[in-house]
Amino acid sequence: MPTKSLSDPFDANSDLRHDSACRHGHHGPGQCSCFDTADPNLERRMDNGEFATTEPHHAEHKAQDTLDEEALIDRAVESAVVRGMFGHNEINRRRFLQMLGGGTLAAALGSVMPLDKVKAAIKDGGPLEKTKLRIGFVPITCATPIIMAHPMGFYERYGLDVDVINTAGWAVARDMSLSGEYDASHMLSPMPLSLTLGTSSSSREHFIMPAIENINGQAITLHNKHKDKRDPKDWKGFRFAVPFEYSMHNFLLRYLVAEHGLDPDQDISIRVIPPPEMVANLRAENIDGYLAPDPFNQRAVWDEIGFIHMLTKEIWDGHPCCAFACSAAWAEEHPNTFGALFRSLIDATQYSSDIENRAEIAKVISPRAYLNQPEPVVRQVLTGRYADGLGNVQDDPHRIDFDPFPWHSMATWILTQMKRWGYVSRDFDYNRLAEDVFLASECAEVMKELGYEPPSDTYKNFEIMGKVFDYTDPEGYLESFEMRRS
Amino acid sequence: MLSNLNFRAGVLSVVILLFFLGVWQLATAPEVLMIQEEELSEYEMLTGGGGQRGSSGIPAPSEVISHAVSELSNPFYDAGPNDKGIGIQLGYSIYRVLLGFFLAALIAVPFGFVIGMSPLLNKAFDPFIQVLKPISPLAWMPLALFVIRDSNISAIFVIFICSIWPMLVNTAYGVASVRNDWLNVAKTHELSKVRTAFTVILPAAAPTILTGMRISIGIAWLVIVAAEMLVGGTGIGYYIWNQWNNLDLASVIFAIVMIGIIGFLLDLSLAQATKLVRYAD
Repeated sequence: MPTKSLSDPFDANSDLRHDSACRHGHHGPGQCSCFDTADPNLERRMDNGEFATTEPHHAEHKAQDTLDEEALIDRAVESAVVRGMFGHNEINRRRFLQMLGGGTLAAALGSVMPLDKVKAAIKDGGPLEKTKLRIGFVPITCATPIIMAHPMGFYERYGLDVDVINTAGWAVARDMSLSGEYDASHMLSPMPLSLTLGTSSSSREHFIMPAIENINGQAITLHNKHKDKRDPKDWKGFRFAVPFEYSMHNFLLRYLVAEHGLDPDQDISIRVIPPPEMVANLRAENIDGYLAPDPFNQRAVWDEIGFIHMLTKEIWDGHPCCAFACSAAWAEEHPNTFGALFRSLIDATQYSSDIENRAEIAKVISPRAYLNQPEPVVRQVLTGRYADGLGNVQDDPHRIDFDPFPWHSMATWILTQMKRWGYVSRDFDYNRLAEDVFLASECAEVMKELGYEPPSDTYKNFEIMGKVFDYTDPEGYLESFEMRRS
Repeated sequence: MLSNLNFRAGVLSVVILLFFLGVWQLATAPEVLMIQEEELSEYEMLTGGGGQRGSSGIPAPSEVISHAVSELSNPFYDAGPNDKGIGIQLGYSIYRVLLGFFLAALIAVPFGFVIGMSPLLNKAFDPFIQVLKPISPLAWMPLALFVIRDSNISAIFVIFICSIWPMLVNTAYGVASVRNDWLNVAKTHELSKVRTAFTVILPAAAPTILTGMRISIGIAWLVIVAAEMLVGGTGIGYYIWNQWNNLDLASVIFAIVMIGIIGFLLDLSLAQATKLVRYAD
């Protein structure tokens, strides 16, 4: 469901700002020019036609009488582009429109931006611009939908011939994506945000994340010698590893220890180590533990080096983890291919989310061509029936779960943490950035089309270790932490 | 007498090898082979059989050898982009090394020649060469990836950049230290500059040039493994990385042995070439 401001972007009298709903004199009551993205009743109200405007003098507005979903999508995309063009400066946009008229702007925009193509791709595909694709993945269980879509034929179903390429790490996935060697890639969900902000690479490029790969699916593993140190307060001086700086792993670990009164920059050390090296380093007692993707938590148990201290779902149940991302430029250049890829991944993610399919998936993705891991290890991760390294068999089917919907407020949370720990210092509009990168509305559209049930909103509040994150006030949330770098 | 010495050395080598493998086998054998009397509990199954493997985690040589036999019996299979036989992986690495190496030779040898013949250029370029030479080839990798935007070409570029310096320096040195007597003889015969270069200087400097090339290919082979581990995709470096992902040390050890053998063959071929151009005074 598109939930951005849905006023006519080519109308000088409309206001595209998010907080401007129902403020304009020339609109009657109940005729908001801008939908409140937080409104949970949005869909119902829209179905009732409450938003239909009766203003006669704008042809565009008349069309809103019969605003169907497709038109809403069109409008959402147009608005986003127009807002982007004017840097969200309403005054400039309106002045321009008063001088030249909306038609000129629409025409000018059409000439530089293949708007129609992007919109068409989100609705239904035409001929594919490119069928042979290279998609990178880092060999961890988070990549399950990207990988299993290959052997199980989900890419083929949409006419794509995809090579899934085993990638040495996230820095490589980033560089290969920036260089265009990969059409799309498995990334960590903070990565498209940091790439768009320009904080994790030398060049700044707009990346989009149409879908999340998995939720949960991480764990904290400690060395066997720490079996008696189950309270984070005892971790002072510990050396931890995470797989990448711009990762949920890093942010969740920092969050967890900070909630227990430890300063992640002073009291413990956090270093970046590629997952396979983590197990080797743990064995050598070079690190005390790690917050890492599976199968390397389970692998430490399998190799009798460490034990699973906690799953990250105990910190934030349903937290986003890995992402499926590509550059916005690539999507604009190959809209239909993008649409087909989008669909195949939503399908694959939904298939993976069914616990019944997990054992079969484990069998398919364990061989050398994909994860290159012993099957029992992968199966324990995916089915959630696992040995914890402490002598117990645990049963948690949601240990890793798959849900493609990229909530905008997930991005907002990630951005608050990036700012909290000093990864980015300049100011930005949290929700705007979230909407530019996480394609929640488009994801909902595709989910609906494929017969799944998407949420009706793109924002919601989350509870993380008992503390509620209110997406409407990211700065306030940030201020509420005693321990922070900015 | 000589063949006798060779024979004896050969026998001794085999004895050393067998001794080494024997010690290795003994050191890595599982301490006690536990006989399972009752069924494994579910927990033990989930942890891979409850501590059945050798304590050190290092595979025995017999394991590595049987692994090597199975890999080498089908070295050229190709099961998609992430799973190719050892022969194909080595082929990719050799191809990258040779391409980068010959591109470097194409530039380093003529350029080294010019520098060697001109004391002025020699002095002028010396500071640059001295600063660029000690840079680790892998330090160029991020820059190469960013500028070239192609991982395969970046890997070849890294080989190129690490091969160029030994060849350049050796060529310049070899050319500069051609005996003056020979140059004087060329002068008295009133040979042209070009003719002098090809008929007098090149043959005289050839052994030094080839020594530079031999050093270069050695470094290139060292570097390619690390470069491929970094960028992934194909090659013997990627193979090791992928097996490391699985903590499969038998494969890693096998790959290490293969790297050693190929490196030895590359070095040997340039040593033979050096012999061909060497002559007694």
